[in-house]
Amino acid sequence: MIQSNALKTQAAPTKQDIAANRFAQQGRWFPWFMLAPSLIIIAFVVLYPMLYSVYISLTPFNLLRPETAAFDITKIFRNYERLLDDDVFWKSVINTVLFLTITVNLEYVLALILSQLIARVTWGQSVIRTLLMVPMMFAPVLVGFQFAWFFNATVGLVNNALMTLGLMAESKAWLVDQPSGMIALMIASIWMNVPVMTIILLAGTLSLPAEVYESAEVDGAGWWVQFRHITLPLLQPFVLIALTIRSLDVGRAYDIVRIMTNGGPANRTQVIWTYAGEMAIRNSRFGLASAMSMVGVVLGVAFTLYLFWQLIRSRIVH
Amino acid sequence: MLTQAVRPHRRVMQTFFNILVFVILTIGALPAVWILLTAFRPGSEINASPPIWIPQHLTLDAFLNLFGLNPAYAAGVPALSYLRNSLVISLSSTFFAVGLGTMAAYAFSRFEFRGHTLVFLIIMLSRSVPGIALSLPLFLIMKSIGWIDTLHGLSFVYVAVNIPFTVWLMDGFFRQIPRELDEAAYIDGCGYWQTFWRIDLPLALPGMAAAAIFAFLASWNEYQIATLMTRTPNAKTLPVGLYDFTSQFTVDWRGMCALAVLMMIPAIVFVILTQRHMVRGLTFGAVKG
Repeated sequence: MIQSNALKTQAAPTKQDIAANRFAQQGRWFPWFMLAPSLIIIAFVVLYPMLYSVYISLTPFNLLRPETAAFDITKIFRNYERLLDDDVFWKSVINTVLFLTITVNLEYVLALILSQLIARVTWGQSVIRTLLMVPMMFAPVLVGFQFAWFFNATVGLVNNALMTLGLMAESKAWLVDQPSGMIALMIASIWMNVPVMTIILLAGTLSLPAEVYESAEVDGAGWWVQFRHITLPLLQPFVLIALTIRSLDVGRAYDIVRIMTNGGPANRTQVIWTYAGEMAIRNSRFGLASAMSMVGVVLGVAFTLYLFWQLIRSRIVH
Repeated sequence: MLTQAVRPHRRVMQTFFNILVFVILTIGALPAVWILLTAFRPGSEINASPPIWIPQHLTLDAFLNLFGLNPAYAAGVPALSYLRNSLVISLSSTFFAVGLGTMAAYAFSRFEFRGHTLVFLIIMLSRSVPGIALSLPLFLIMKSIGWIDTLHGLSFVYVAVNIPFTVWLMDGFFRQIPRELDEAAYIDGCGYWQTFWRIDLPLALPGMAAAAIFAFLASWNEYQIATLMTRTPNAKTLPVGLYDFTSQFTVDWRGMCALAVLMMIPAIVFVILTQRHMVRGLTFGAVKG
């Protein structure tokens, strides 16, 4: 009698035990249930296409001749070898590297100056911030069209202004000439990207502790010493955020270049992305274009690492 | 004594400085003013030589032409279709990206599971793939399943593109909601889903609004993928449609400016709404999360 009773309590756990057990089990699969839809969509739209792109880059695939999609193990690096021999490709790599390093460094310096100026303005902060955010209203495509128009040889604003002011006798084809074409592209990119960087650095500047500056003032430190030895080192975390956001947007340079010059004339302003796009869209050579965009992705990652390396180096200096 | 003597001089300098910063920023914003003005000027003024700097007349002609409301002008660009496509694609992709991304962010912020960091890293890395690198293989895949030049095809892609940023933003947001609220709900007999749906989601609505704004603008402005995935007015969006104003030798700058103004409306609303919070908001999740 007693025995069977004891057995009974052991065999049949209480209602609460069952509930707790079920709750713990649900806790194991619930996060995956929440993640599943996002993971499936990302796998289908990003992961699978990128793997497919790696595969295509190893084949001579041409869209107009489907039979070229065949995989030949003896010729898998054919596209990459071809790129090494392609002068236009090398030119586009150099242009891309130049474009990114010059624009990002100038953007950083300009944003730093602007954020320091804006932080010291004593009235009209909301008007100033609205003015600062004006370029953020423009889609990258619009920035491209806008500057294509400004630098236009016949109806462009820049030519009109310079000629009205008497600084130039005849119109200049800014986007055609070298190196003014690349410079025009850089100006457009800088105009578009400086506001976001400035806002982040401004947020950082405003969050710095006022006491540090007060005691520096007491010690007789001038504004340059304060900037160099207080503001700059303390701003590093915000610089990191700004550079991270910027490095994720590296590919956006495509919109501007595609619209302003499309890599032309005669490949003078060709960057990797426009060259890959041209190969794929105009020549249907998806194999070669995929190989190029793989190089572009690697270059993008390298560029991100370069940004972080610069940041670490500047940290050591201080 | 000395400080009092210095003060008036300092105030003048400060005023001077304020004006200087205003002037610098106004110069930076001038290109935008020019676009806006051009959209409202008659065509004869825009291409005049020598250039007319100060507008003589303002007209709505460019906008009437855009929507085919001008009887004397055959609408060349199906702007209304582009507007509809842009709205449908941006709104639907924002809805799903924010919904699904919020669910995923909740899993990251509240649960420990195997591969937590790895999965998070994969999602974030998927954001860093440049659009053009993605668009080439996507074009081939979408072509094989017949989703090229369809609204749902492009919308589906944008959902995936916008999920990572939503996850990043919402993860930071959920981490600021105290876990004790969840535990109290569990004790009261709520399941995991109920706790998420009834307790945490309502508290996270401001974060979702921010995520929705970013996702909407990203889809609204996207060009690289859209240019390959859409062909006809059935699915072409506004950024792709801008190209219709260019022909081989001439560009209708005025029409383009009018469409540009139309395209900028959501972003303008966004800037006016957030200008006060932007400086704090942009960095808040990143520093604390």
